[in-house]
Amino acid sequence: MNGADLLNEHVGVLKSRMGTFYPGSHVVYRGQNLHEDLKDMDWLALYLFGITGRRFDQAQLRLLSAIWSYTSYPDVRLWNNRVAALAGSTRSTGTLGMAAALAVSEASIYGGPPMLRAVEFFTRCRRQLEQGASLDACIREELTKNRNIGGYGRPLVNSDERIQPLLELAAELGLDNGPYLKLALEVEDKLLHGRWRMKMNYAALVAALGSDLGLDERELYLFVFPVFLAGMPPGYIEAGSRPEGTLYPMPCDYILYDGPSRRTWPGSQADHRL
Amino acid sequence: MSDDDNPNTIRSAIWREEAEADNPFAARAAYCRGYDVYGEMLGRARWAEMLYLLFMPEPPTPAQTELLESLALALANPGPRDPSVHAAMCGGVCGSTAASSLMAALAVGAGQFTGAREVFTAASGWASCGTELAAWREWLANTGELPGGIWPAPEHPPGFDPHGTGTATPVKQTLACLAGYGAGPRLPWLQQYLPEMEAAAGRPLALSGVAAAALADLGFNPEQSEMLYLLLRLPGAAAHALEQRPLGYKKFPFGAVELVTDTEEHSA
Repeated sequence: MNGADLLNEHVGVLKSRMGTFYPGSHVVYRGQNLHEDLKDMDWLALYLFGITGRRFDQAQLRLLSAIWSYTSYPDVRLWNNRVAALAGSTRSTGTLGMAAALAVSEASIYGGPPMLRAVEFFTRCRRQLEQGASLDACIREELTKNRNIGGYGRPLVNSDERIQPLLELAAELGLDNGPYLKLALEVEDKLLHGRWRMKMNYAALVAALGSDLGLDERELYLFVFPVFLAGMPPGYIEAGSRPEGTLYPMPCDYILYDGPSRRTWPGSQADHRL
Repeated sequence: MSDDDNPNTIRSAIWREEAEADNPFAARAAYCRGYDVYGEMLGRARWAEMLYLLFMPEPPTPAQTELLESLALALANPGPRDPSVHAAMCGGVCGSTAASSLMAALAVGAGQFTGAREVFTAASGWASCGTELAAWREWLANTGELPGGIWPAPEHPPGFDPHGTGTATPVKQTLACLAGYGAGPRLPWLQQYLPEMEAAAGRPLALSGVAAAALADLGFNPEQSEMLYLLLRLPGAAAHALEQRPLGYKKFPFGAVELVTDTEEHSA
């Protein structure tokens, strides 16, 4: 069925396996009663249950929670955080500021996209290794195709202060023995000692640890959506406590213009300025 | 089942569609306030007329069309120094999605400082005070006490520039141009009583204040004015976000943080 028949089939009916609420009675969340079966679940566990339909144990939740915490930086220079802080400076609402900042976090150089590229690379790499290819060949192919490897190298600086604490926690929790993490570290070793001199960044580590926990590409993508959120409210609050409009004020001559010289719009009078 | 009994219908006085004979989900014709959009308006009506007609029950007069179009030009680009455009560029420099740049511009451009909420509040002033100077003096003296709710309370008289030292030239140029269309009484009155209004506000008029007066002269209520102000300032945000994309974050201001510790704050 397709075309108008397909659309007709869905007019006014929302078929869902995910859930619904019965006003005044109860809520079904992926087949469970939210206020009975899931009432003791903490928010992160529920969020992951919503994404995957699976339950994670305490060690896994601890690691996944740390993935969010360890990259929550209250620094408004970071471009996504800056959006939230600018919203504070212009006296917008906190929700607008945070929501827009989260949307901006889906960037080509940070956030979900590099992590997805890392997942895709690891997946492709593992398949090629199983077929007998060498890791060197996998890396070269990726660099030839994309000129970089998702999850390696980093804007601003090459090293990543989040890596060691997260690796230590993964080890402490016994969650550092998966094949994706092993591959991620091997890739870093190759890149560091080759001519590329690139270190693994947080995206690759999250991609590897998440994949080792059984999260597929789309599940990981949705899991990392709020990954920077905890770093945003402080900037919004602080900008809101300072005089309005004082975050990144710029004098007119800070615009380095390199377009055409002053010219006259057709039909305008020679001297129309007040 | 009659249309009134069908719970899945959308009620609208703005838009009606007629379906193609072979597909109920494809429109054969679309009517905006009764006008055939693709059959008659397209190629004949201006963008400003369509925009006006979406918000108002009747098409604009020629003077209203000119006013709205010139207002749209004046608001089209707040420039890269504006916080809302800066926010959009934050998306551009790191390759964030196009929509997120506009979301950033909307979120940052929505507030009480240079934003759409400021226009909403200023437009409420026009609704309350009209062209009565005494009413404006009282209103401007009390704007700081407006209820906040989710919005931070106004910290300056809406429509005026809290950091301004005099009326900026583009503000004067825009006011003069828009008042010249004679589309309503507020813009000419604002131009005539500008010194008195600025004295009452204790601040120079801002472009947001001109926009609020223009939107009121066009007949828009404060909610419509807020929405249109958000919409009309997006072109510049979009263009600057795209311009920054190939330049990247390395050629975009990053700034320096001077960390203030509790000890320093206490000793300051």
